Amino acid sequence: MMNSLPPRLREQDPGASMHTLSVLVENKPGVLVRAAGLFSRRGFNIDSLAVGPTEHEEISRMTIVVNCADHPLEQVTKQLNKLVNVLKIVELEPGVSVQRELLLVKVRADAESRSRVLETVALFRAKVVDVAQDAVTVEATGNRDKLDALIRVLEPFGIKELVQSGMVALGRGSKSITDRALRPLDRAAAAAGQ
Amino acid sequence: MTDQTTTTPGSRAGLAGSERQPSGPSPRDLAARAAARDAGPSQRPDRPAVPDAEPAPAADPTPVTGAQALVAALEHLGVDVVFGIPGGAILPAYDPLFDSRRVRHILVRHEQGAGHAAAGYAMVTGRVGVCMATSGPGATNLVTPLADAYMDSVPVVAITGQVSSGLIGTDGFQEADIAGITLPITKHNFLVTSADDIARTVAEAFHVASTGRPGPVLVDIAKDALQAQTTFRWPVPFDLPGYHPVTRPHSRQVREAARMMTSAQRPVLYVGGGVIKAGASEQLVALAELTGMPVITTLMARGGFPSSHPQNVGMPGMHGTVAAVGALQKSDLLVALGARFDDRVTGKLDSFAPGAAVIHADIDPAEISKNRRADVPIVGDCREVITELLAAVQAEHEAGHRADLAAWWSQLDAWRKTYPLGYSEPEDGSLAPQHVIERIGQMVGPDAVYVAGVGQHQMWAAQFISHENPRHWLNSGGLGTMGYAVPAAMGAKVGRPEAAVWAIDGDGCFQMTNQELATCAVEGIPIKVAVINNGNLGMVRQWQTLFYNERYSQTDLDRASGSSRDADAGAPLGTRIPDFVKLAEAYGCVGLRCEDTGSVDAVIEQAMKIDDRPVVIDFVVHRDAMVWPMVPAGTSNDDLIVARNMAPDWDVTE
Repeated sequence: MMNSLPPRLREQDPGASMHTLSVLVENKPGVLVRAAGLFSRRGFNIDSLAVGPTEHEEISRMTIVVNCADHPLEQVTKQLNKLVNVLKIVELEPGVSVQRELLLVKVRADAESRSRVLETVALFRAKVVDVAQDAVTVEATGNRDKLDALIRVLEPFGIKELVQSGMVALGRGSKSITDRALRPLDRAAAAAGQ
Repeated sequence: MTDQTTTTPGSRAGLAGSERQPSGPSPRDLAARAAARDAGPSQRPDRPAVPDAEPAPAADPTPVTGAQALVAALEHLGVDVVFGIPGGAILPAYDPLFDSRRVRHILVRHEQGAGHAAAGYAMVTGRVGVCMATSGPGATNLVTPLADAYMDSVPVVAITGQVSSGLIGTDGFQEADIAGITLPITKHNFLVTSADDIARTVAEAFHVASTGRPGPVLVDIAKDALQAQTTFRWPVPFDLPGYHPVTRPHSRQVREAARMMTSAQRPVLYVGGGVIKAGASEQLVALAELTGMPVITTLMARGGFPSSHPQNVGMPGMHGTVAAVGALQKSDLLVALGARFDDRVTGKLDSFAPGAAVIHADIDPAEISKNRRADVPIVGDCREVITELLAAVQAEHEAGHRADLAAWWSQLDAWRKTYPLGYSEPEDGSLAPQHVIERIGQMVGPDAVYVAGVGQHQMWAAQFISHENPRHWLNSGGLGTMGYAVPAAMGAKVGRPEAAVWAIDGDGCFQMTNQELATCAVEGIPIKVAVINNGNLGMVRQWQTLFYNERYSQTDLDRASGSSRDADAGAPLGTRIPDFVKLAEAYGCVGLRCEDTGSVDAVIEQAMKIDDRPVVIDFVVHRDAMVWPMVPAGTSNDDLIVARNMAPDWDVTE
């Protein structure tokens, strides 16, 4: 999901940093393209994007990682909020949320190197999910730093291919952001009953 | 007396070539209806569209086709006119539309005309304008007017036919993903593939278009959904869980704003089109008079505060008055009301109003601090914001807080006196375009609706016509759409048949959409079109004069390309291709021509007397006239020039 930076953002604010936005949207066709299109159109760069179902059938959850300073972040949040299908946006701070990415990586592992590869996999608490004659496929989850470190260590063995998911995140503690987001839905339902 | 009574031309039914009575109401009916509902906006922007004349409620579900549900929904929403063109995919909708006694369909000649007409209708009435087109090319022809309405926040609903749902995605005949195409240029859009969803979606579209910050909404309906059976019930509940526009301002922010407004030494009310959209002109006059602050009205806000009011210091921006630009630059407090700090207003952003604190009130939270950081952000409907500001300022005054603005006004008055708007008559005795526009404004008066295209004539119309009333000045401000004027004037005349509607157009603009003159003639929509004909793409030519060393590349409409570098080469001036008088006559309009200053008044008067047909006046004007003052693009407002090579003395005193 990396876009080339529009001129407006090339001289990026030195205050730029990674922000994780959790966006609750209506589970309707075209919502993903509305959100993604908004970012590119308004000149904001998406670092990673993941979207999937939630515990409520009618709501999907997008986790968007953006690299920008506070002011542009406020702008992009306001613009996202204007999308009719967007229900709620919460920024998840790294300290108070669990943030994970999934990595699948196919590493060269012949008879000679296999044991060292498996040792590395164990060190990172990753696991082997497929074994072939001369390669293993490793699955790992974690934050970006951990996965980057794993890739660096596996690199010398020979990485045949890898795929990485966008980040997903949940706030720590017992609160749920969907509960409150559902309230407007309930209100609409109540109005519909009139 | 400038308002004219619309009469139905006797030949209208004959022209329509139909034996049956026109399905829509006659212009006279429309006039009566418009008068009955009052010329002003009949619905509050923060409420869902409410029909003004309720058809029989359809509480019990009635079996209908999707197309019938569409037409019934439009009727229940109070739609009295739709501009459009039928075609394959939308065809099912046109059959029940044929029978509607409430919805008049106006058959335009190009879908772009339908879109701008809907916007013109919406701008003068405050109601949602509706346009309709078929799939593919019909829908893509709506792209420009939708983008235009998006930039200028005009409530328009576009209904397009789509190929049958089974064909979607197969590159079917006349298939275009219009929902995808219009994603970035609509407030929202819908693709409907089930007949059951049509009535609800149309109701939602009207609600979204007309509430919060208004804007265009597109409803794309698959042909099989229009043909399928469903049931119709009204009202229908919305399903818009994520749409909650905020209209009530935060009272603490309002109090803080009032505190700043009563202590600033050089405050300015920087007023944008949002004030007109919110119907807040009356409140604005009260606020200006209560605070004594100077008022600056942007291009979109002309008429939102009377031009003749002594506190109106003019239009800001690239072609603003010295007083307005100076007021912004030297201000210590900008109170932005429904304005969006457009680059044409701010000039180079980092040198815009460098000493000013900013209070920014807008109904769209995303506008606040988008370009210029606001010190006091206020999210809310302008009418509610200004109403609350009035009370809060009053309270400050009662507490003895009131700034003395005498020194500020003496500075503003010095600028106004030294650098009034003006123009010089061409030395060769040819017609000055500014004179023509100024005389139209004076003779036709402030009760008329003025509609401009884009370019020099637009700027002159903004500058030299005295805009006294809201919803009487229409132009393409944000998108800058050449060709806006004729179709928008058509829509405005349909929305306010009792008002005189004058399009002030350029000869370049006019040639982009003048096919709608045929619509006007056939449908009995007697607009006036003043073509300010300088044989050139005038504004582009002005830039070439100033910034491209007078190299007139592809701006001369009178001469073959390649010959225009040499002013004496090529065909003589006035080749008249096309001849606008003959063109007008070919379209069933009256065509007039004026080429000298002496006959300007007589020609305008002649046009004012004609009310049974559209009138086109070809004003052949000097081609070297320029729009002044000017802030060259990308420079600071401080670098404004009042005339070629002439900078104002900002320190001038009276």
